[in-house]
Amino acid sequence: MNTTFDVAVIGAGIVGSAIARKLAGYELSVALLDARNDVGDGTSKANTAILHTGFDAKPGTLESRLVGEGYHLLSEYAELTGIPVEHTGALLVAWTAEELDALPGLRRKAEQNGYGKTEIVGPEEVYRHLPHLGEGALGGLTVPDESIICTWTTNLALATDAVGRGVTLLLNRAVTSVEDLGDRTVLRASGGDVSARWVVNAAGLGADVVDRLFGHDRFTVTPRRGELLVYDKLARPMVNKIILPVPSSRGKGVLISPTVYGNVLLGPTAEDLVDRTDTGTSEKGLEFLLGKGEKLMPDLLREEVTATYAGLRAASDHPDYLIEADAGRRYVLVGGIRSTGLTAGIAIAEHVAGLVRDAGLALVPRENLPEPPRMPNLGEAFTRPYQDAARIAADPAYGKVVCFCERVTAGEVRDTFRSPIPPATLEGLRRRTRAMNGRCQGFFCGAEVKKLLESRGESTCEQRHAPLEAGR
Amino acid sequence: MTSGDITTLTPAVVIIGAGPSGLSAARELAPRINGDVLVLDRESTAGGIPRHSDHPGYGIRDMWRFMSGPAYARRLVRQAEAAGAKILTNATVTNWAGDRTIEATTPQGRVRVEARAVILATGARERPRPARLIPGDRAHGVYTTGHLQNLVHLQHGKVGKRAVVVGAELVSWSAALTLREAGCRTVLMTTEYPRPDSYSLFSIPGRILFRTRVATRTRVTRVIGRPELRAVEIEDLDTGARRVVECDTLVLTGDWIPDHELVRAAGIAMDPGTNGPLVDNALRTDRPGVFAVGNLLHPVDTADIAAIDGAHVARSVLAWLRGRSAPAEQVRLIADAPFRWVAPEIFRPKDRAPARHRLLLWSDRYIPFPRIVLRQEGRVVARKRLWWPAAPGRVFRVPTSVLAAVRPDAGPVHIGVET
Repeated sequence: MNTTFDVAVIGAGIVGSAIARKLAGYELSVALLDARNDVGDGTSKANTAILHTGFDAKPGTLESRLVGEGYHLLSEYAELTGIPVEHTGALLVAWTAEELDALPGLRRKAEQNGYGKTEIVGPEEVYRHLPHLGEGALGGLTVPDESIICTWTTNLALATDAVGRGVTLLLNRAVTSVEDLGDRTVLRASGGDVSARWVVNAAGLGADVVDRLFGHDRFTVTPRRGELLVYDKLARPMVNKIILPVPSSRGKGVLISPTVYGNVLLGPTAEDLVDRTDTGTSEKGLEFLLGKGEKLMPDLLREEVTATYAGLRAASDHPDYLIEADAGRRYVLVGGIRSTGLTAGIAIAEHVAGLVRDAGLALVPRENLPEPPRMPNLGEAFTRPYQDAARIAADPAYGKVVCFCERVTAGEVRDTFRSPIPPATLEGLRRRTRAMNGRCQGFFCGAEVKKLLESRGESTCEQRHAPLEAGR
Repeated sequence: MTSGDITTLTPAVVIIGAGPSGLSAARELAPRINGDVLVLDRESTAGGIPRHSDHPGYGIRDMWRFMSGPAYARRLVRQAEAAGAKILTNATVTNWAGDRTIEATTPQGRVRVEARAVILATGARERPRPARLIPGDRAHGVYTTGHLQNLVHLQHGKVGKRAVVVGAELVSWSAALTLREAGCRTVLMTTEYPRPDSYSLFSIPGRILFRTRVATRTRVTRVIGRPELRAVEIEDLDTGARRVVECDTLVLTGDWIPDHELVRAAGIAMDPGTNGPLVDNALRTDRPGVFAVGNLLHPVDTADIAAIDGAHVARSVLAWLRGRSAPAEQVRLIADAPFRWVAPEIFRPKDRAPARHRLLLWSDRYIPFPRIVLRQEGRVVARKRLWWPAAPGRVFRVPTSVLAAVRPDAGPVHIGVET
């Protein structure tokens, strides 16, 4: 590639996509690189999908500030783009005297983090909110603004918005070495080199490796595997709030959370690995979760498991976000972004823009920025195409359900292939539509969905259907 | 939530699911009632599971024939249509809008169906890998039988070359047949039971025909391979010894769960044994005018038995439409170990006998000539030796004559075996 971009952002996860989008709002040419064949295919795709208030962050840290700001920024952005969010609220449940004693401290900490709406409640109130909770809860702390969100749509919205603003998205570009040419940096990458005046490292699980390519040795990323169980939608009425553990001397516990797709999550485990690609599940992990679940909510375990998955968190040996600009090297590290990065992403992007401006990159706001994209709705709290009679009447493809469990229509699958960032794989299609994510895991629809992937969504949209006869 | 116009249909009977049980019910009802019989199915072709089970063995007990699954499915569709039933495919029922009113999404629009009677015939599915909690890599090449047969028989897709099949029951051999047709060798079948669960009629020639070994008392403990499946780890349940078997295809068969979402959504009483709705001899659920048939009730029996349910329910539906209610006296039937479930679960002594005069049970143990014993309030009310085995992986049938001495005014009847 002969062109030199003003900025190259490495990593098209939530943080990298948000940064590319933000910088493309100025008179800058921006490239967004990712080692994988899709955006959001690393640590951003598999997390607990919680939009955090930041009530339990460490006060005074950068993370605390950016999560707090990010909560509001992402809430607004979600409203604008149609990212599904449900403001369910959370309840921390104390099961031991030690945990109960920790609640006032957590409440004070929340206030230090600028969040003043928590309340300590007794066991009656806990069980009033969560009648299916297992026996033995002693009390709790409410966090009314903790929310659930679709992490896939968040990532895709930010990346789509970036592309809409003119960002060049370069997939399958794993950066292997870098070369400083004085006024620009050449990123040697599989699939073609990329040249840019400034480089932002938002490489998530690989951020420490990329950082070393730039001559630094600041931190080490340890992939921390979190395994999760996803329960059937029939379990959803039991869990109307995020049920959080109280952090205690026994370590961080396991949560139960509703999802915007109408399921229930149980997890995660926390296990440090060496392999940065091992997203498999383990026998020990699943057993641990079932043991926890049996205590937290035995009724939940009577329901079917729809999916099991594992995500890798980019745990680092640094206690806070590690976001630093190197003006001489025209390089910004955005490292140590743990699972709170989903919430904080847009605020991190604002912060990074400030850092590069201070380091001498001219940020001239662009005029006539395109509107942010309106994303297809994957959330149960909002109207989905299969429910929308007017939309089906206008285009029968929205009435042709191809994935029965998740009620995904042929129209939605077709649309995603016509979108600015179409899926490259079945996993990409699943993240964009929910197809095959349901309880049958392909028993009924697997073959049909594969055919749709091969035909890029066109195979079942063109059928003709005889009109219905109205009733007598 | 809906917006815009919705088409309202008002058949006398709506049947949800156009598989063997639903289509048979439609065929029997359509000529006998005043009003329409409407069958809804979410697939684009009616016929249910037999559509993609492309091997012989269908239609034995309901049509007295021996035919392939697809031919059987087509015949059921023809018969139902010839009888005057209307079949609407690509129709996904999404919710209830009243006791006997449902709403559906179709390419022709949103539809509300207000019927006088509803028959639920939604069938069953196999538990997929996550529901079985098999850990390991997220590998491509892991299927259920339904997924595999859809892929091979309907979409003519490709699978691998070396398969491990989990299960050694009827459906497992059906999967092995499909794999063979797709050019994939079944190198191993595994079952947690001490012997293959299928009829030896299938197991012995099957093993020779497929050159397949059946590993008994064995479970899969790990899936290995990213992104493509490379192997599975299996464990001998008795010794705990584990070993790795190379394969590029893994088929998870059996372990059925009824597609009971609509039953649960209606708040209809469920049986924790079958995971389907509780029904009586006449296949009534506890919601008046709502009936259930087929493998939603007994996961799973063969297609012909599901079809016979359909014929059986027709008379019950006709009686309901004529205003006749169920006899009040009823006794709950409860399956005791080694039985996992019994269907129907509710016996009304004054009602007509269950379909084929048989109770259906599922056994977790192989018993060559079981002596069945029925107890009510601790007292033995019947004992009967049967000359066919109770075996895991297939339905065990007990003649309803054992219920003759059941007292209608007493407590639940426990069905077990005497050893």
